[in-house]
Amino acid sequence: MKFTRTLVTAAVTLLAAGAALADINIGVSLSLTGPGSGLGIPMQNQFKLFPKEIAGEKVNLIVLDDASDPGKGVSNARRFVTEDKVDLIIGSSLTPVAGAMTPVATEAKTVQLAASPVGGDSPWLFRLPQGNDVMAYAMVEHMKKQKVKSIGFLGYTDAYGELWLKAITPLAEKAGMKIVAAERFARTDTSVTPQALKLVSSNPDAILVVASGSGAAMPQMALTERGYKGKIYQTHAAATADLMRIGGKAVEGTYVVSGPAMVGHQLPDGHPSKKAAIDFFTSYEKNFGPPNQFAGHSYDAAIALNKAVPIALKKGKPGTPEFRAGLREAFETMGRTVFAHGVMNWTKDDHWGYTNETGVMLKVADGKFVVEK
Amino acid sequence: MDLSIAGILALDGLTNGAVYALLALATVLLFAVTRVIFIPQGEFVAFGALTLALLQAGKVPGTVWFLLALAIAAAVSDVYNGVRHHQPAARIGKQVLRTLGVPVVVSLIALWAAPRGFPLVVQALLTLALVTPFGTLIYRLAYEKLADASVLVLLIVSVGVHFALVGLGLYFFGAEGFRNPSFWSERFSAGPLTLNGQTVIIFAASLALIVLLWLYFEKTLSGKALRATAVNRLGARLMGISSNHAGRLAFTMAAFIGALSGLLIGPTTTIFYDSGFIIGLKGFVAAVFAGLSSYPLALVGALAVGLLESFGSFWASAFKEVIVFSSILPVLLWRSLRDPHGEEH
Repeated sequence: MKFTRTLVTAAVTLLAAGAALADINIGVSLSLTGPGSGLGIPMQNQFKLFPKEIAGEKVNLIVLDDASDPGKGVSNARRFVTEDKVDLIIGSSLTPVAGAMTPVATEAKTVQLAASPVGGDSPWLFRLPQGNDVMAYAMVEHMKKQKVKSIGFLGYTDAYGELWLKAITPLAEKAGMKIVAAERFARTDTSVTPQALKLVSSNPDAILVVASGSGAAMPQMALTERGYKGKIYQTHAAATADLMRIGGKAVEGTYVVSGPAMVGHQLPDGHPSKKAAIDFFTSYEKNFGPPNQFAGHSYDAAIALNKAVPIALKKGKPGTPEFRAGLREAFETMGRTVFAHGVMNWTKDDHWGYTNETGVMLKVADGKFVVEK
Repeated sequence: MDLSIAGILALDGLTNGAVYALLALATVLLFAVTRVIFIPQGEFVAFGALTLALLQAGKVPGTVWFLLALAIAAAVSDVYNGVRHHQPAARIGKQVLRTLGVPVVVSLIALWAAPRGFPLVVQALLTLALVTPFGTLIYRLAYEKLADASVLVLLIVSVGVHFALVGLGLYFFGAEGFRNPSFWSERFSAGPLTLNGQTVIIFAASLALIVLLWLYFEKTLSGKALRATAVNRLGARLMGISSNHAGRLAFTMAAFIGALSGLLIGPTTTIFYDSGFIIGLKGFVAAVFAGLSSYPLALVGALAVGLLESFGSFWASAFKEVIVFSSILPVLLWRSLRDPHGEEH
C-alpha cells in the first residue's frame, strides 16, 4: 500500500516536472572531422560548458558531425527539423557547410545561428562571427596607417578565401590601394613556392594571407623564404597559437586581425567586451587548454540565448512554431548585446550585427599576439 | 618569367616529384604483386610525418596503440585459423609469436623512448619501425582473405581502409597540422637557386630507394619471386612461391616507402592528419601514367606531375589541381588507344 502510494506520488511529480520543463532542443552541426575539424572541435569543447538551463527551461544540445561536407550538413539540418523538432540550429563552423544548411532552416522556419561568416539574406539566418567586411575594415584602416599602397593576395581556393577577396577589394580601392596579384592555394598543398614567387615578383607593399589555423603558417614561410620583406597580414581564422607553433621565427611581425575574445587581458579597460572575453578565455583554458576564435562563438551563442529565450517564451512554449518565430523576433529586437567577440546588434535588416569597431589588430612579437595600439 | 624563376619552379617541382615518385613506385609495386589499388598509400605518409612530430613533442603517438591492436587482431586470426585447420598447438604458438614479435617489441621501445627526447635521427628510425609493420598487418586483416577477388572488390576495400585510416589519424594526431624539424638545415646557393639540405636529402633518398628497389628485383631471389607473382600468380604458386607471403612483403615495402616519404616531406610543409590522401593521389596519377606496371615510367610520370603542379601553380594557381588531375585524361586516352583493353587477369 505504502509502496503504491510512493509510486503514484513519484509518477505525479515526474509528470508535473515534465510539464513544467518543456525542453529547448538545439541542433548543433559542427565539422568535427575533415579539413574544418580544427574549427569545430574547439566549438564542441566550449559547448560542453553550455548552460544546462535557460530561463527555467532545460536545454538539450544535439551535436552532430558534418565532416566538413556540405551534403552531410544538409542531412544533419534535415534531421534536426524533422526528427528532433529543434527550436534552433547552430552551425556549421565552415562557411560552405553553413551555407548549404540555410535553405533547410529557412524552409522549416527555424533560426540558424551560423558559426561562420556565411552570405545570403535568409530572414532566419544570423551569424555569430564577425562578417569579413568588418574585419577587412579594421585591416584596411591599419594598412592606411602603415601607408600601404599595393596589396598581394594569397588565399584558400574555397569560399573563405573568395569571400575575403570580395570583402577587401572595394574597401582597399576606396582607400586608394590596389590589389596587384591574387593567388590561390589549397590547404593540402605541399608547396606554395610558385605562388610566393609570383607574388614576390610583383612586389606589393603588403601581402594578405587568407588561411586558417595551422594552415596559415606554411604560405607565410614560403613568402619569407623567397625573401619577401614587406608587411604580411593574416585573417581572424589565423589568430591561433598554431600560427607561431608552426611558423616560429618566420611569422614574427605579422599583423593578424582578430575579434576581442582572443586577447581579453590586453584590451583597454574601457572596452565593452573585456569582461566577457576574459571570462571565456580563462574558463576555456582551465578546461581544455588554449582556445581559438571559434570556441568564442560557442560562448557567444550562450549569451545570445540567455537574452533571447526569456523574450521568446512570452510568445509560446518551446517546441512550437510560435516559440521558433519568437526566437527570431527576440534576436532582431533584443538590441545591443555584449559578446566576447565584440558588441552585437542584430536588427531586422542586419543579421550580421557587429560594428566596424569590432576588429582588433594584433601583431606577432616574440611568439605572442600583442594588441596594436 | 625569366630563367631564374623557371629554375626555382623546376627545382620545387622536382622536389615534390621525387616524393610522388616514391609513392608511385609503391602503388605500382602493390598493384603488380597483389592487384590492390592501394588508395591509403598516402596515409602512411601522414602517419610517418605525424608520428615523428608527436615523438618530437615527447608524446606517445596513437600509432603505437594502433600497432598493438592490429597485431593482436592478426594474432587472434592466427589462432582461429590454426584451430580450424587442426594444427598442433606448438605451431600455432610459433605463428602467434611471429605475428606479435616485432610490433610488440617496437611498441615497447616507443613507449620507453617517447618521453626521453632522443636525437631526431633515432626518432626517425623509430618512426619507420613503427609505421612499416602496418603494411603487413593491414594486408593480412583487410586483403589477404580476398586475395582472389576482382580488382573492383579490392578497390572498394581500399576505399574503406582509406576512410578508416583517415578517421583514426584525426583521433591520433588531432586536427591541427605539424611541421617537423629539418634533418639537415644547411643551405647552398647557386645564383637565384637555393638548395637546402632537406631538398638534397629528398633527392638522395628517393634515388637510393629507386636503385635499391631495382637491385632487389633484379638480383635477389625473393625479389624475383615477387616479380614472378606479379607476372602470373598461379604460375608462381605452382613454382612454390607463396602469394600470401609475396603480398605481405609488398605491403611491408609500401608502408616503409610511405613512412619514409612522410619523414622526407615533413620538414618542407605542414602535414595534417588528412594530408596524405592528396599526396598519395598525385603518386597514383604518376602510377597511372605508367599503366600501373612500369617503374621507370612511374618515375617519369611523378616528375612530370611535380613539374606540372609547380608551373601550374605559378601560371594559374586557382586551377592547379584541375591541371594536375586533368592531365590523367590524355594519358588514359593514349593508353587505351595504344593497347585496347582486354579482360582483366
